[in-house]
Amino acid sequence: MTDHLEFLLQMGDSALILGHRLSEWCGHGPALEEDIALANTALDLIGQARMWLTVAGRVEGSGRSADDLAFHRDAMDFRNLLIVERPNGDFGHTLMRQFLFDCHHLATLRALSDAAPEIAEIAAKALKEVTYHQERSADLVLRLGDGSEESHRRMQAALDALWPYTGELRDPMPEMHDLADTGADWAMMVGPVLSQATLSPPDLAHFQTGGRTGRMHSEHLGHLLAVMQSLPRAHPDATW
Amino acid sequence: MVKTLTDTATVWDWLSDVPDPEIPVISIVDLGIVRAIEWAGDTLRVTITPTYSGCPASGIIRLDVEMALRRNGIEKLDIQEVLSPPWTTDWIAPAARKRLEAYGIAPPQAAGGPERCPHCGSTNVTRVSQFGSTPCKAQWRCEACLEPFDYFKCI
Repeated sequence: MTDHLEFLLQMGDSALILGHRLSEWCGHGPALEEDIALANTALDLIGQARMWLTVAGRVEGSGRSADDLAFHRDAMDFRNLLIVERPNGDFGHTLMRQFLFDCHHLATLRALSDAAPEIAEIAAKALKEVTYHQERSADLVLRLGDGSEESHRRMQAALDALWPYTGELRDPMPEMHDLADTGADWAMMVGPVLSQATLSPPDLAHFQTGGRTGRMHSEHLGHLLAVMQSLPRAHPDATW
Repeated sequence: MVKTLTDTATVWDWLSDVPDPEIPVISIVDLGIVRAIEWAGDTLRVTITPTYSGCPASGIIRLDVEMALRRNGIEKLDIQEVLSPPWTTDWIAPAARKRLEAYGIAPPQAAGGPERCPHCGSTNVTRVSQFGSTPCKAQWRCEACLEPFDYFKCI
């Protein structure tokens, strides 16, 4: 697989898997407004996944559509970040995961404005939506981190649990070596919000990796795919 | 028989009668979704752009465009979807902004929030949620008349 195709799958798969994870909240949010916000964010991400995977299918050259790539690949073929396949946990956990991912997503999309036209135009479209996602997740991390004793405890627990999966958010992506240091941009966005939210990341020497390269996904991805892919796998030629 | 091609200004008029599926007081032309109409030989090419990447109305809009043009006798049709330049609320026509407000949806403002309550006109308004009933809207509340209302997000 070329670096170019790997990159397109990384962008598409992370958006798809997180979009699916967020859709699991639909009808279960702690308040109607939050339920709607999570579903809207999921919708944006799934729309973006379709754009990235459509180009990935074209570049791959085997005639596979975005749907084929989403529904007829197995866990080892996915190139999403490990953090997006983590289970939702409580609302605070979901928001912390969203914030850590949104900052990475934003830094990456900004850096892609100078990329090849078919990539830059998807990035420009997605950037508008992701700017909005990041504003919201940063705001809520701040309010809940520096909120009540209980909300602070939950947000700190979420940060401790998710921090080992942030290594992949700092690594440069293929194709992007010359574009920007997105890892530094990520740290610049995350650090101030966490400290203002009175939250401290754990001091770790080792981070989990392997999602973006497809080397080692967690067991959670397989379970997610089993649900997400069940219908098209059972009825491969179904249309509606 | 020589068939004359309908001039594109007329086609724009036809599409100006196609309502947005989720906000029927404005048309898809008012919303700025229709980017170009041109003839390529005897094929009519219509270029549209999505508002939000995952907007569920996109498929319906495409179908509504096709139905409107077929109804007016267009046989050879090519509907293209483009992403660039990305859709912006700046493309909403001024008259449509007034119709949005009359319908109860506060039109987008560069400042990032509604100018006033679309029901009573008070400027004492509070954001309830950054997201609303469709990807393009947020939920706000008026502190004067206490009514909730939709705000068309500015992007």
